[in-house]
Amino acid sequence: MNWKAIGHIDDIPLRGARCVKTPGMNIAVFRTSENEVFAIENRCPHKAGPLSEGIVHGKSVTCPLHNWVISLESGMAQGADEGEVRTFELRNDNGTLSILLDHPMMVAAE
Amino acid sequence: MTQKLVIIGNGMAPGRMLEHLFEQAPGAYEVTIFNAEPRVNYDRIMLSPVLSGEKTYEDIIIHGDAWYETHGVTLHRGDRIVAIDRAKRTVTSQTGVVAAYDRLIIATGSNPFIIPVPGKDLKGVVAYRDLDDVSAMLAAAEMGGEAIVIGGGLLGLEAAAGLKARGMDVTVLHVMPSLMERQLDPAAGYLLQKALEDRGIKVICKANTKAILGNGKVEAIELDDGRIIPASIVVMAVGIRPNVQLAKDAGLAVNRGIVVDDGMTTSDGHIMALGECAEVGGQVYGLVAPLYEMARIAASHLAGDKSPAFVHSDTPTKLKVTGIDLYSLGDFAEGPDREEIVLRDATAGIYKRLVIKENRIIGTVLYGETADGAWFNDLKKKQTDISEMRDTLIFGQAYQGGAPLDPMAAVAALPDDAEICGCNGVCKGKITSTITTKGLTSLDEVRAHTKASASCGSCTGLVEQLMTLTLGDKYNPAAVTPMCTCTELGHDDVRRLIKAKGLKSIPAVMQELEWKTSCGCAKCRPALNYYLVCDWPDEYADDYQSRFINERVHANIQKDGTYSVVPRMWGGVTNAKELRAIADVVDKFQIPMVKVTGGQRIDLLGVEKEDLPAVWADLGEAGFISGQAYAKGLRTVKTCVGSDWCRFGTQDSTGLGIRIEKFMWGSWTPAKLKLAVSGCPRNCAEATCKDIGVICVDSGFEIHFAGAAGLDIKGTDVLGLVKTEDEALEVIVALTQMYREQARYLERIYKWAKRVGHDEIRKQILENTERRKAYYDRFVFSQKFAQVDPWSERVSGKDKHEFKPMASVGYGEAAE
Repeated sequence: MNWKAIGHIDDIPLRGARCVKTPGMNIAVFRTSENEVFAIENRCPHKAGPLSEGIVHGKSVTCPLHNWVISLESGMAQGADEGEVRTFELRNDNGTLSILLDHPMMVAAE
Repeated sequence: MTQKLVIIGNGMAPGRMLEHLFEQAPGAYEVTIFNAEPRVNYDRIMLSPVLSGEKTYEDIIIHGDAWYETHGVTLHRGDRIVAIDRAKRTVTSQTGVVAAYDRLIIATGSNPFIIPVPGKDLKGVVAYRDLDDVSAMLAAAEMGGEAIVIGGGLLGLEAAAGLKARGMDVTVLHVMPSLMERQLDPAAGYLLQKALEDRGIKVICKANTKAILGNGKVEAIELDDGRIIPASIVVMAVGIRPNVQLAKDAGLAVNRGIVVDDGMTTSDGHIMALGECAEVGGQVYGLVAPLYEMARIAASHLAGDKSPAFVHSDTPTKLKVTGIDLYSLGDFAEGPDREEIVLRDATAGIYKRLVIKENRIIGTVLYGETADGAWFNDLKKKQTDISEMRDTLIFGQAYQGGAPLDPMAAVAALPDDAEICGCNGVCKGKITSTITTKGLTSLDEVRAHTKASASCGSCTGLVEQLMTLTLGDKYNPAAVTPMCTCTELGHDDVRRLIKAKGLKSIPAVMQELEWKTSCGCAKCRPALNYYLVCDWPDEYADDYQSRFINERVHANIQKDGTYSVVPRMWGGVTNAKELRAIADVVDKFQIPMVKVTGGQRIDLLGVEKEDLPAVWADLGEAGFISGQAYAKGLRTVKTCVGSDWCRFGTQDSTGLGIRIEKFMWGSWTPAKLKLAVSGCPRNCAEATCKDIGVICVDSGFEIHFAGAAGLDIKGTDVLGLVKTEDEALEVIVALTQMYREQARYLERIYKWAKRVGHDEIRKQILENTERRKAYYDRFVFSQKFAQVDPWSERVSGKDKHEFKPMASVGYGEAAE
């Protein structure tokens, strides 16, 4: 397991998201209106929509493709939909963000 | 034989009387009304919502022009009756109209009481009785500054809240020690004062006005204690006096009001009186419920049934200030033979007090939570012995019998004769039976047939619960579908309140309209963002995080997360240079698919998000701007080749299409907006299934609108024919602006038009040139801020973060 610096919280718009690329998958890093940050896999469990492009509200994001609502905390689909995305641990040191990645994430699928 | 019925006054009481009369004895009377006000009958209870901006004058009209026409009523507007000749049975108006009557009804209402202090005649001193007063207050509010309301009763407080909502600095002066002392005990008066002060309204009790100061117009008020309070407007709301002068001059019996018997007949058998000017059983009335009861009785007597008689009953009082719930009924003075039950919850701001005499409720004051008002009223009316439920009585109906009931069960448990609508005296049984017998399914129908919830509207919730109980799943309260689960308000209410309250940011909307979530959801945020962009084009800062991804990155997201790019091709016309530029971009960025769209332009599909700014930069060099193919906004204006080439073309349809597109591009609309211009009725540009279309003919331009060719298929309707291109453009732009200002987010033009009515749109856009010009001007103003090419902005670096990953990690490291 490895903490990787990914940038500053101000790089992410309030109620917005940015994408972090890794060899294993794309990760969406969100910043809520309350200035909390969350990281989840950037891939909706429904039809693989890029969650980082969705509208952020409360601690959830609505997928831009078909309006699934995903919890940023748990990665679970909300409401009647069933599905889950991977969540990642984030560290916020005075605005400097790092993400905890496990070994397979660091290796490009060959 | 038809008799002549003349009515002096056109307020709510005679209006209601006529409704009953036309139902019971259609055609029995030929009716003439003289109205001192230059208007039709409107709902005076609703003046406060008009003042605060929650409703408009049009919303509160009870009888429109058509109603008078249908019933053959002659209405003299703005013509006051100056004399009654009882011997000749005629009335004479100030303009000299003489009308003969068989029966005369005096319904002159009341006059506001103006306290006789120096300066009371200064400009800027108004009462609060009719629409003219409201207009005067609105005019003052527009200038801003300080307002003083004299009188801390029902009317005064509603005026104060309304002026505050309009942005004025408001002080209420009340001569008594606590507010609304006739309806509230001091404890509830205190809570009310606090609630008003929390809203920024200053309240001074025990305030004696010594003089109103000013030179030609109001500048300040001086109190007895020497205090001087500045004000640009003073509203007197200290009480009303029955307007009896005319009756007195005619020699009718008059005390405080015009004396009538319990059948509403005055001391002259040919003359009746009703409403606020009438005195029955030694009492005069000011609340609507007894006035409507008078109307019912008068109508019945006129129709020949003399059995109904007016009986006094207590009327509950409710304050119509949004967010303050207050209910008071009956007698609540203390006395040796009386007991009381009081419940206070300071944190929740709840105060309830029941006054009991000989185990029966005689008075009720509820503050903060008023849902049980109807139940307490029912117990009081029926003189129910409450000793059995004494311990839990104050907690309300839900707590009787042990477990709390849900609100629906509470309504179900009400007896059939429980009063639901206090204003109109409608009981539960009447509502449920009318729903069943007439097969009613909507709230408006129930209002029309029973009058329940048709006046002040505070019982609407109860009526809707009754509809649900009676109809089950068949009742779908679609009339007020909330925007989303974050609010109870529908789109129309939200749009209206944004304007009325001057809300200019999404947090302001959510705060003021009491959103239930902290920052909304993916449904309401884009809608609110649009409404604010539309209503405050120069002041509102567009919130990109509340826009759908397509409008945030100015391209259309595809199923695989890539984007499609559509440059504008004015009127569908292009040339070699543009096509070459597109071909070069396709090669350079290896764009996998190039497709001609239905809107006469070219779509480049499969562009990676990170490439978007570079693609736009290259397209921009060839002169392209964004086609906004992703926007809830102006999309395309399709054209045919028109008179330049076509042997059938009647006008330059291509030129007009390009002109319209160049004028309107960049504008945001509630849903996408697609136009077309055809050069002749053969209609090669398919203008008759567009949101707005033009069919050119020899004599000019036929403007079409409200077509659809998507989920629904619908041909357009003709809005009208205009002679010149300039006129065509003005009409199209004005229509678009009207749609922008009124429609609900995501509502296409044909759905909006169906709701508003095609005739209404025609009236506002074609017939009313002033309206049309105003719409047009507002669109032009808004375009100053909207016509910025989003692509070139982003090529210059705006929103860079949107197109780049925040970081790339894990690449180039050795796997261990």
